[in-house]
Amino acid sequence: MFKFILRRLLILIPTLIGMSLIIFVMLRLLPGDIVDAMVGLDPTITEEAKYDLRTSFGLNDPWPIQYIKWLGEILTGDLGTSFRSREPITDQLLRALPITVELAALAILMSIPVAIPLGILSAVRQNSQIDFWARTIGLIGLSVPSFWLATLFLLFTSLVFRWVPPVIWINPLADPIGNLQQMFFPALALAVQLMAVEMRMMRASMLEVLRQDYIRTARAKGVTEQTMLYRHALKNAFIPVITIIGIQMGVLMGGSIIIEQIFGLPGIGWYLLQGIFNRDYPIVQITTLFLALIFVFVNLLVDMAYAFLDPRIRYA
Amino acid sequence: MNEPIATHQPSTTLMGGAELGLRKKPRLMARLLRQITKHPIGFAGMLIVLFVLLMAILAPIIAPYEPSAQGATRLLPTSAEHLMGTDELGRDVFSRIIFGARTSLYVGLLSVSLASVVGITIGVLAGFIGGTFDNTIMRVVDIIFAFPTLVLAIVIAGLLGPSLTNAMIAIAIVFSPSFARVARGSVLTVKNEVYLEAAHVVGGRSAHIIWRHILPNVMPPLVVLATLSLSLAILAEASLSFLGLGTQPPDPAWGLMLSQGRKFMERSPGLAIFPGLAIMITVLAFNFLGDGLRDALDPRLRL
Repeated sequence: MFKFILRRLLILIPTLIGMSLIIFVMLRLLPGDIVDAMVGLDPTITEEAKYDLRTSFGLNDPWPIQYIKWLGEILTGDLGTSFRSREPITDQLLRALPITVELAALAILMSIPVAIPLGILSAVRQNSQIDFWARTIGLIGLSVPSFWLATLFLLFTSLVFRWVPPVIWINPLADPIGNLQQMFFPALALAVQLMAVEMRMMRASMLEVLRQDYIRTARAKGVTEQTMLYRHALKNAFIPVITIIGIQMGVLMGGSIIIEQIFGLPGIGWYLLQGIFNRDYPIVQITTLFLALIFVFVNLLVDMAYAFLDPRIRYA
Repeated sequence: MNEPIATHQPSTTLMGGAELGLRKKPRLMARLLRQITKHPIGFAGMLIVLFVLLMAILAPIIAPYEPSAQGATRLLPTSAEHLMGTDELGRDVFSRIIFGARTSLYVGLLSVSLASVVGITIGVLAGFIGGTFDNTIMRVVDIIFAFPTLVLAIVIAGLLGPSLTNAMIAIAIVFSPSFARVARGSVLTVKNEVYLEAAHVVGGRSAHIIWRHILPNVMPPLVVLATLSLSLAILAEASLSFLGLGTQPPDPAWGLMLSQGRKFMERSPGLAIFPGLAIMITVLAFNFLGDGLRDALDPRLRL
C-alpha cells in the first residue's frame, strides 16, 4: 500500500508541472495586459512609465525566467503581491481556500446519503416504478444548472423567510451555526447535480455487480438477500461511485466559482473572478492552479480509496 | 473506466470494401433513428431537441415582439400580451426566451463541432501514427483534460475578453481533449483488425484508410459523446453568460437574462424562473437523447 501511494505521488509531479506550464503559457498568449488595464484611460502615463511598471512586475523578463521565478514562489510559499491591490497573495489565498473546500465537502456530504440508497434501490428493483422515477429525476438533476438552483433558493428564502445571505463570511470556528446557515444553500445548489451523477453511477454499477457469478453463488448457498447486498455486492459496487465523485470534483470546482459569486462567498473561485476582471496575472495563475490542484488531489485520494477497497489494483 | 468500448460490426467491416464503407454512414444514422423511437426517454429527448431547434430557426416568425424592443411598461407580470411578462427594460421576456434558443444552440453546435473536429483529428492521428508522436500529444491532451472544465473555460473566456465568440472558442478548447481521448481509444481497438491489415496490404494510402476504414468505425462512441457534450456546452455557455463572460447585452441569452433578472426577481419572479427553465429543458433534452443513443449503440459505453 505504501509503495502504491508513493508511486501515485511520483506520477503526480509531471502532471503538476505540466498544469503549471499550461496555465503560465496560456496567460501570456492570451491578449490583455495588466498595465494597459491599470492605466486604461489615463493619457498622462508615458510609454516609459508603463515600461517601468512592467519591469517592476517582472513582466519584461524572458518567459523561462518568469516561469522559474513563479515556481520558486510556489515552492517557498511566498506568492508575492497582487498587481492590483498590492496585498500579499499567500494570505488572501489561505483565507479563501477553506471556504471553497468547505463548500465542496458539504456538497459531497449532502449528496451521498440521498444518492447511494436511491441508487441501490433503483438497481435492486430494476424496471419498477421506483427505478423509472429515480432515473428520470436523476436525469433532471443532471440538467439543472446550479446557478439557477442557487437563484431559486435565494428567491425562495427572500420571499418566504425574508432571509438574505450575510454579506461577510462567518468563520465556522467562531460561529458554527451561523456558518452552516450561510453555507447550506450554496452547498445544496452544488449537491443536486452531484446527487444525480452518484445515483446513476450507483445504480449502473450495482446492476453490473448483481449479474456477477459470485453473487449467484452467494444466492445459491442460501445467503439472505440482505447479507448478499450489504456484504457481497455493495463493496464492489462502490468503487465506480467513488471514482465518479472524484471526477465530479472538477464540475464542483467550476460550479463553486459561480456559486461563490452568487452568495458573495470569498472563496478561491470568487478570488479567481476578481483576478480575471482585473487582469491580475499572479492571482489568476495561482487560483487556477489551486482549483486544479484540489481536483487532482481529490482524485489521488480516490485512487487510494480504490486501492484500499480493491486489493487487485495495488499490485497491478 | 473512461476507455470506451468500440462497437464492432464484424459482418460489415470484415470485407472492408469501398462500397461498403460508403454506405456505412447513412446506415448508422438510420439504425440510430430506428432504435431511438423504441426508447421512450431518448425519443422524448429527440422531440424536445427538434422543438427547440424549430424555435431557434423560426424565432423571428414565432416571437410576438422584437427581442430588444423596449416598448412595454417595465417588469409587467404574466399576461395575454406578454406571456412571460416584461423585463427591467420593458422587453418581452417570451420573445427573448425564443431568441435565446438561437444563442444557446448556435454556441452549443458550433463549439462542439469545433471541439470534435480538432479533437477527433488529434486523437485519430495519435492513435494511427503511434509512437513518440502519440505519447507527446496525448500527454498534453491528458494535462488539459485534468483541468476542471468550467474553470478552464472561465479563465480562457475571461482573458480573451467577454464576447460570444470568445466564449465559444473557450468551450471548444476545453471540450476537445475528451474527443481526442475517445477517438484515440477507438482507433486503438480497431487498429489491429484484419480488415485494416488487408487495406494496407492492397496498398491503401494512410489518408484513405483513415477516412474510409477507421473513421466509420470510431463514429458510434463519438456520436454519443457529441450529444452529451452539446448539453454540457449549452450549460457552459449559460454559465459564462451568467458571469458576464459570454453573450453581451442587449443580445438575448438565457444565462445573461437570468443574471440580469436576478436583481429584480423579488418583484418579478418570472425573470429568474423562465430563463433557467429554458436552460434546464434544453439541457435535459440533450441528456435524454444522449442516453437513448448510448443505449441504442452500446449500453456498456460509460461516457
